[in-house]
Amino acid sequence: MSETPVLVAEDLARYFDVSRPLLQRLLSREGRRTLKAVDGVSFEIPKGTTLSLVGESGCGKSTVARLVVGLYRPTRGRVLFEGIELEKARADAETRRRMQMIFQDPYASLNPRWRVQDIVAEPIRAFGMAEGAAALRERVGHLLTQVGLSPLDGEKFPHEFSGGQRQRISIARALSSNPDFLVCDEPTSALDVSVQAQILNLMKDLQQRLGLTYLFISHNLAVVRQISDRIGVMYLGRLVELAPAETLFTAPRHPYTRALMEAIPDLEMTGRQRIPVGGEVPSPISPPSGCPFHPRCPLADARCKAAMPALLAPMTQGDTVVACHAVEERRDPPPAPAGADQRIGTTAIAL
Amino acid sequence: MPPILEVRDLRVEFPTRRGTLTALDGVSFDIAPGEVLGVVGESGAGKSMTGAAIIGLLEPPGRIAGGQILLSGKRIDNLPYEQMRRIRGREIGAIFQDPLTTLNPLYTVGRQLIETMQTHLPLSDKEARQRAIGWLEMVGIPAAAQRVDSYPHEFSGGMRQRVVISLALCAEPKLIVADEPTTALDVSIQAQIIALLKTLAREKRTAMMLVTHDMGVIAETADRVAVMYAGRIAEIGPVRSVVKSAKHPYSAGLMASIPPLDRKVDHLAGIEGSMPRLSAIPQGCAFNPRCAHVFARCRIERPELLETGSTRAACWLYDPASEKQAPEVMRHV
Repeated sequence: MSETPVLVAEDLARYFDVSRPLLQRLLSREGRRTLKAVDGVSFEIPKGTTLSLVGESGCGKSTVARLVVGLYRPTRGRVLFEGIELEKARADAETRRRMQMIFQDPYASLNPRWRVQDIVAEPIRAFGMAEGAAALRERVGHLLTQVGLSPLDGEKFPHEFSGGQRQRISIARALSSNPDFLVCDEPTSALDVSVQAQILNLMKDLQQRLGLTYLFISHNLAVVRQISDRIGVMYLGRLVELAPAETLFTAPRHPYTRALMEAIPDLEMTGRQRIPVGGEVPSPISPPSGCPFHPRCPLADARCKAAMPALLAPMTQGDTVVACHAVEERRDPPPAPAGADQRIGTTAIAL
Repeated sequence: MPPILEVRDLRVEFPTRRGTLTALDGVSFDIAPGEVLGVVGESGAGKSMTGAAIIGLLEPPGRIAGGQILLSGKRIDNLPYEQMRRIRGREIGAIFQDPLTTLNPLYTVGRQLIETMQTHLPLSDKEARQRAIGWLEMVGIPAAAQRVDSYPHEFSGGMRQRVVISLALCAEPKLIVADEPTTALDVSIQAQIIALLKTLAREKRTAMMLVTHDMGVIAETADRVAVMYAGRIAEIGPVRSVVKSAKHPYSAGLMASIPPLDRKVDHLAGIEGSMPRLSAIPQGCAFNPRCAHVFARCRIERPELLETGSTRAACWLYDPASEKQAPEVMRHV
């Protein structure tokens, strides 16, 4: 690759100490307990592209988002922002202004006592990016217009806006310091579906116009498909599959990715009986041995119970990496697009 | 077959200091035995409010200000609290979104099941316990005979929602009101719960009102769908007709906003603007400020549900009388 990726995560890990208080531990003769929220995640995001992380609750996707912007320090591994170690990069205000975050809940992430113009202007003031009140006002007006609001809305307070409009304000605030890289943690999951469509369109539009790079966190695979260039699927703190967006949907490889796609209710209504994944996500405090997915996996064998699989590229597919012994040993059924059996009809269910 | 639930012209009001807000206005539908009616809409459309009115648990100061609710032909909207309490659980089961707040954390799940059954059915302690274990088995809880003595916190989220479902079903009600039963759950668990609800409703011939904002869940589970907007039903009809060829511009827009899973699109349709607040519902059709097909009549007169062929939609486009005024015929009609 000729250009340095905007962001590189190398073997990123974050553990949390969830032990009980010392006295209780001594009384019940327990050791310390650690929760491995993220355990060895690596990826890179080239400039101007979107990497999405998907997974169910507790898989560590939001922890990765927080590690990447420096809200948490990694227990192991490192994050490089344009080739510079994150801690060094963030010590420099000029670099720091270039990364911003958009949060999930537009009700909790805006200060209810501030006017919208002050909320949006805060990063501009903090980084000293506008000279004088007139320039500041003009810049705020421009930002509000950019996200589809009116400059006059700056006078109002957050409670005067609907959820979708508030998320537009969050986006305007994130854009106010002219960032290159945005971390979006479930930016549309608190919104209604017709509003979600507006926000996704806005984010795609802004990416094209401003050349932004996104790390997008979501649990909704359909949303992720619309916005991503590459997608990482996480399970219990690890990446189980990382692939270009189209490849992931047309030829998912990891049994968990396949199960996840199978589980999503869709609007096709073929009346087919879907086979839900059995079981539930195990506790990350005491994850299963070997591959964390093995208790729920139809392809699990002795090796899966004993050894953790590494992220490897299956020979048949160029750009996908999968952490699965079965895929490595080619024990898995041939890749089929998500929901392909619907189009073929009932015949495919016999598989 | 006569319907189990009939809702006739239901109106719910909230008196506030600044005047009375109408949360539901002229809502009518019915549900037959073994039928699943999906109720969809965006937050604030009144879908949960409809469920709450049916089970008689409207948050005060909300009150039923008009219309009737009939269960197996008998009115239940005007019953005194005690009588309604006996109907709740025995004849109407309720499943709510958050399984943790529905269960009492201080009692074992077995005790909660036994208590519910004994309140409504003449059962001895031993029989009730046997049935409780049977119900836990039926909703797919492994080792039910041991788990019956566990407390709610010892179950995971998906398992708790199964317990809640068994609680709603254990007195064998005729009607189940399920309000966002899978929203708090992860997708892989959600699929399990939907499959379970569907089978149980079919087997027991229970009528079910399924309230959710997830169209995927509706498409997989419901027989008919009611789309709600600003406290009224915008469109009601068989699930396939509503999902595949919605007639009301709002339901059509709602369907088009859902990001497709099977392909990438450059631009999602969406609907401009957002739902009006209860205090500022526009005159005429509540959807008119966001509607692409709006014409003069929509801004003045409020449409009732009109036949469109496959569904019934509250939209003037389907009134033969307004044909001359309509600027264009909708493309998908």
